[in-house]
Amino acid sequence: MANTATVDELGHAPEVRGKNYLNQTAGVWSWLTTVDHKRIGIMYLVSVLVGFGLGGIFALLVRLELLTAKKTIMDATQYNQAFTLHGAAMVFLFIIPSIPASLGNFFLPLMIGAKDVAFPKLNLLSLYLFWIGAIFMLAAIVTGGVDTGWTFYVPYASGVSTTSVISATFGVFVMGFSSILTGLNFIVTLHKLRAPGMSWYRMPLFLWSLYATSIIQVLATPVLGITLLLLIFERAFHIGIFDPTLGGDPVLFQHFFWFYSHPAVYIMILPGMGVATEILSTHSKRRVFGYKAIAFSSVAIALVSFLVWGHHMFVSGQSELSSAIFSFLTFFVAIPSGVKMFNWLGTLWGGSIRFTVPMLYGIAFLFLFAIGGLTGLFLGTLSVDLHLHDTYFVVAHFHYVMMGSTAIAFFGGLHHWWPKMTGKMYDEKLARVGFALTFIGFNWTFFTQFILGTRGMPRRYYNYLDQFQPLHAFSTYGSWVLGTGFLITFICLARSLKTGAPAPANPWDSTTLEWQTASPPITENFEKAPIVTLDAYERPAEETA
Amino acid sequence: MSAKAEALGGAGESKLSPQFHVAHHFDKADTQFDAGRMGVWLFLVTEILLFGGLFCAFAIFRSKYFPSFVEAHHHLDRVMGGINTIVLITSSFTMALAVRSAQKNETKKTTLLLAITLACAAGFLVVKYFEYSHKIHDGLLPGGNFTAADFASGHPGIFFAIYFMMTGIHGVHVVIGMGLILWILLRNQKNEFSSRYYAPVENVGLYWHLVDLVWIFLFPLLYLVG
Ligand code: HEM
Ligand SMILES: [Cu+2]
Repeated sequence: MANTATVDELGHAPEVRGKNYLNQTAGVWSWLTTVDHKRIGIMYLVSVLVGFGLGGIFALLVRLELLTAKKTIMDATQYNQAFTLHGAAMVFLFIIPSIPASLGNFFLPLMIGAKDVAFPKLNLLSLYLFWIGAIFMLAAIVTGGVDTGWTFYVPYASGVSTTSVISATFGVFVMGFSSILTGLNFIVTLHKLRAPGMSWYRMPLFLWSLYATSIIQVLATPVLGITLLLLIFERAFHIGIFDPTLGGDPVLFQHFFWFYSHPAVYIMILPGMGVATEILSTHSKRRVFGYKAIAFSSVAIALVSFLVWGHHMFVSGQSELSSAIFSFLTFFVAIPSGVKMFNWLGTLWGGSIRFTVPMLYGIAFLFLFAIGGLTGLFLGTLSVDLHLHDTYFVVAHFHYVMMGSTAIAFFGGLHHWWPKMTGKMYDEKLARVGFALTFIGFNWTFFTQFILGTRGMPRRYYNYLDQFQPLHAFSTYGSWVLGTGFLITFICLARSLKTGAPAPANPWDSTTLEWQTASPPITENFEKAPIVTLDAYERPAEETA
Repeated sequence: MSAKAEALGGAGESKLSPQFHVAHHFDKADTQFDAGRMGVWLFLVTEILLFGGLFCAFAIFRSKYFPSFVEAHHHLDRVMGGINTIVLITSSFTMALAVRSAQKNETKKTTLLLAITLACAAGFLVVKYFEYSHKIHDGLLPGGNFTAADFASGHPGIFFAIYFMMTGIHGVHVVIGMGLILWILLRNQKNEFSSRYYAPVENVGLYWHLVDLVWIFLFPLLYLVG
C-alpha cells in the first residue's frame, strides 16, 4: 500500500483525525473565497453536474419530440432551441470542464504530493469566470433562447437567427478563459510542484492525460475566443468578415471553429482516458501495461489533434486535395488511440479483476470507446462521409465518444474517488443498478441511431419520414432507461453523503499518492510533505513478494 | 532565476521586502518566481494564438481581395502609425530598463522609468484616438458600415473590418497594460521590490513587450504593405 515515507501516520479514519478540508472552516463565504484546490474542485463538480442535469432535461425533451414523425410536444422553432441548448449545455457547461476542472483540480495536486496548484487564486478566478460565462448562457435561455446548434454556424448565427446568440456566445467566450487558466495552472503545477522523488515517469497516467489536455486548452481555446469575438461583432456591427453579401467568408468561420473544436474533442476524451487508466489498474491490481506508451500517446494525440479539423468540412466546399489530406491525418489519430486500447487490455490481462462499481464503468468505457472511435474512422473516410455527414450516424458516433466514453469515465472516476472526496462509501448495490440502467439505456438509445443514420435519417430535423418512426421511438424509450439510470446514480451518491459508512483512507488498495492521505484529506493535503520512492503503480517489495 | 538573483542581490531571503512571503505551497521563493514566470510565458502563448486567428484572416482576405487591400491601405495614416511605432518601441525600452533598475534596487529610477512607459502608452492611445476619429469621419468603417464613396475596388470594408478588429483588440491590450504598469508603479513606490523580489515588474514587462511586438507586426502589414 505504501509508496511514501509518511503513510503509516496517515491511514487513520476521519473521526480520529478531526479536521479535514470540508470542516476546516464553515459557511458559504468560506467556500466562495477559498483557494483550496479541493474545495474549488468540489464547486466545479457541483456546477458541472448542474450543467449535466440541464443538458439532460433538454435531451429528454428532444427525444420525446422525436417519438412521432410529426409534432409531438413542441413546434419546429422550439425543437431547434431544445437541441441547441442541449448541445451547448452538454459541451460547454458539462463535458469540457467536467473531468479536468472537478476531478483534475481535486486530485492533480494530491497525486503529485503538492499542497495546492501553482496559482490558487487564479484557480478560483477560473471558477468565477466559468460561473459568469454560465450565467450569460443561462441568460440566453430566458431572453429568447438560441437555435443555431452548438456550432454557431454563420451566416445563420450572425444574421438570420432572431435568438439571443450574442449572450450565448459571449458566455462561451468567457468560459473559454476559464478553461485556458485551468490548463495553464495545471501545466505550471506539474512542472514546478512535484514532490521530491516524483519524477515525470512516476506520475499516475491520469496526470499525463491532464497535461496533454492542458496543452490543448492553452493552445486551441484562444482561437475559439477570437472566432466567437468576430462572430459577436459580425452580428452586432456587420463587420463583414463572415458575411458573404459583404465579401466575407462563412467557411472561414468553420475553419476557425473546428480548429478549436476538433482539438476540443480531445479536451473531452483525454481526461476520460486518464481516469480509465487509473480505474483499470487499481481495480485489477495490476501495474499499467506500457506506461510510457500510454503517456506519450496522450501527448501525441494532443499534437495530431491540431491537424485534422478539416474532417468536419468534407462537404463544405473544401478542395478535394485538402479533404484527402485531412482524411489521411484523421486515420493517423487512430494510432495513438489504438495504442492505448491495447495497453488497457494488456493491463487487465492476468490481473485480479474486481468488479467494483468503478471497474464496471472502466470496462464499459473500453467497450463504448472502441465503438465510438472505430465509427470515427468510418466518418473520416471521404467516400463514406459524403453519405453519413449530417445524419444520425454522426450523432451516434459522437455520443459514443462523448457520453459513452467521457461521461462514463467521469462517472467511473466519481465512484472511484468519491470515498476520498467525501469520506463516505456509497451503496454498491444501488450504484450497480444505476450503472446497469445507464449502460443498457445508453446503447439502446444510441446504437439505434447508427442504424437510423445509415438509412439516411438526417440530424436536426423535427419532422421525418414515417419509415424512421419505429427506430426513433425505440431510441426514445432507451433514453428513458438512460435517464432513470442517472437518476438512480444521483440518488445513490446523494444518499451516501447522509448515510454512507465512513471511508477508509485507501478502500481500493490503490498505489497512487492521493490514497496515502486520509479520506477526506486535510486542507494541506498531507500531514508531512511526501517523499516518493516508488513508481505510480508499483507496490512495495514486501507486498509483491 | 536563482543564480542570477543571488549574484545580483548578494544576500538570500533576508533581502526580500517585508511584504513578501513565500506562499505555503511552494518549497522556496525561487520556485514561486519560476512558476510565476512560466505562467506568464504560457499566457503570452495564448495571446499569440488569439492574434494568430486575426493574422490568418488578414492573410486570407488579402490574397482574396488584393486590389482592395492595396487601395484601402493608402487611407491609413503612415505618419501617425510610424509615430506610434516609435512611441511603443520607446516604451518597451523604458520598460526593460525599469526591470533592470528594479533588479538593482534603484527604486526611484524604476518609478521614473515606469512613469515614462505609462506616458508613452497614453500617447499611443491619443494618436490612436485621432486616427480612429478620422476613419469614422471618412466612413472608412468595417463591412456593412463602410460608406466612403470614391473607391475603385470591391471590398475595402473587409480591410477595415480587419484593421479595426486588430488595432482595437491591440488597443484593449494597451489599456490593460497601462493598468498593470500603474499597479507595479504604485507597489514600487511602497518599496515592495528589491533585487531579491522583482517578479511582478518582470512579468508585467514581458506582457508589455508582447503588446509592443504585436504592434510591430501590425504596423507594416496594415500600414505599409496593405
Ligand atoms: C478515433 C478518433 C475519432 C475520429 C477518427 C473521429 C472522426 C470524426 C469525423 C470524421 C467527424 C465528422 C463527421 C461529419 O460531420 O460528417 C466527427 C464528428 C464528431 N466527432 Fe469524432 N472522431 C473521433 C473521436 C472523437 C472524440 C473522442 C470525440 C469527443 C469526445 C468526438 C466528437 C465528435 C463530435 C462532437 C462530432 C460532431 C460535431 C458536429 O458536427 O456537431 N470524436 N468525428
Ligand atoms: Cu473532429
